[in-house]
Amino acid sequence: MAETTQLAESQPKRPAPYWNSYVAGFGLGLVLLASYVLAGRGLGASGAATRIASYAVHKVDAMAHGGTEAEGHTVARANAYMAPYVKGPADPFDDFLVYLMVGILFGGFASGWSAGRVSFEIVKGPHATNKRRLALALLGGFISAYGARLARGCTSGQALSGGATLALGSWAFMLAVFAGGYALAYFLRKEWL
Amino acid sequence: MEPLAPVTKVFELGANAEAVLAMLLGFGFGFMLEKGGFGSSKVLAGQWYGYNFAVLRVMFTAIITSMVGLFGLRYLGVVNFELVYVNETFLWPQIVGGFIFGIGFVIGQFCPGTALAACATGKIDAMVFTAGFWIGIVAFSFSFPLFSRFYDSSSMGRMLVSDWLHLPAGVVVFLVVLIALGAFALTHFLDKKLAKS
Repeated sequence: MAETTQLAESQPKRPAPYWNSYVAGFGLGLVLLASYVLAGRGLGASGAATRIASYAVHKVDAMAHGGTEAEGHTVARANAYMAPYVKGPADPFDDFLVYLMVGILFGGFASGWSAGRVSFEIVKGPHATNKRRLALALLGGFISAYGARLARGCTSGQALSGGATLALGSWAFMLAVFAGGYALAYFLRKEWL
Repeated sequence: MEPLAPVTKVFELGANAEAVLAMLLGFGFGFMLEKGGFGSSKVLAGQWYGYNFAVLRVMFTAIITSMVGLFGLRYLGVVNFELVYVNETFLWPQIVGGFIFGIGFVIGQFCPGTALAACATGKIDAMVFTAGFWIGIVAFSFSFPLFSRFYDSSSMGRMLVSDWLHLPAGVVVFLVVLIALGAFALTHFLDKKLAKS
């Protein structure tokens, strides 16, 4: 009896299965509903990145041109897209979307930890190589940024949050995401099948 | 009865309360994304190749849950919908942006939010995707003058699908639920079909 227990413990722990999709979806829907009822706004994941990246450009440019004295006219302040995020003295990190991003990291970790899914690994298709997987991840992230910024939001801020409020542009975005995805998927099938 | 929600707008709770609230909401968001399987690029890729429809099921269940809740609470007078932020519509930038985003999704097999949840569980492909996303945001910002006119084109303001179709919101909510249920049924039909082949 004691021997079998020991044997079971010495084996690597198998991750717990994911939740049923409808259960996880219902839970996610309740979180989104709580966001609207409590905060009057939806969830988002790409807005925080925009804010922090703009601030980083602003700071790096100021440092390269003589520290805080150069902060008045950085490339970020001269840029029509970044300027609104770096114009004032306000702390750029004191923002709903930035706190939300921090929460996402903790929540994702808590869920993964409780299920035994925390591990440093490269997740890829059965016939893909690590190099190709990472190269495509980098490229995909880069292209997604153009799409998300052009559309003023990503799958979280537009498709999910905007979709729940019946915003017309959010539904147009969602349908376009599926159209773009399925248009290309066939050509990359060897990475995943 | 006066509407009680959105709570932070009606009662003006202040910045600290909003920061704590945002972190709690983010926690729930990241937790549910990971539990639903969105912390794995393999699960997300399943949507495009037909071996796992978690993306569609989780996302549409979440949308109809919060949509029915939100419009239900508006109907009951609990939520003042005018104070709820609704994404403004810029139709063509959102269609073109969505198409580009879909291409990026299939290449990288993450989106910004799912990648964050995956980063939190140590997935290296998600960290690289996120790095690409941040580099892309800086590149977008610097190249913004090239397409700033398109960015602000076809502006329609706060426009709901129901306004656009000239239908009561309740009818559109009902139709969206029906479409979602139809989509769920389709994914189960495809599951069976692909299992046989």
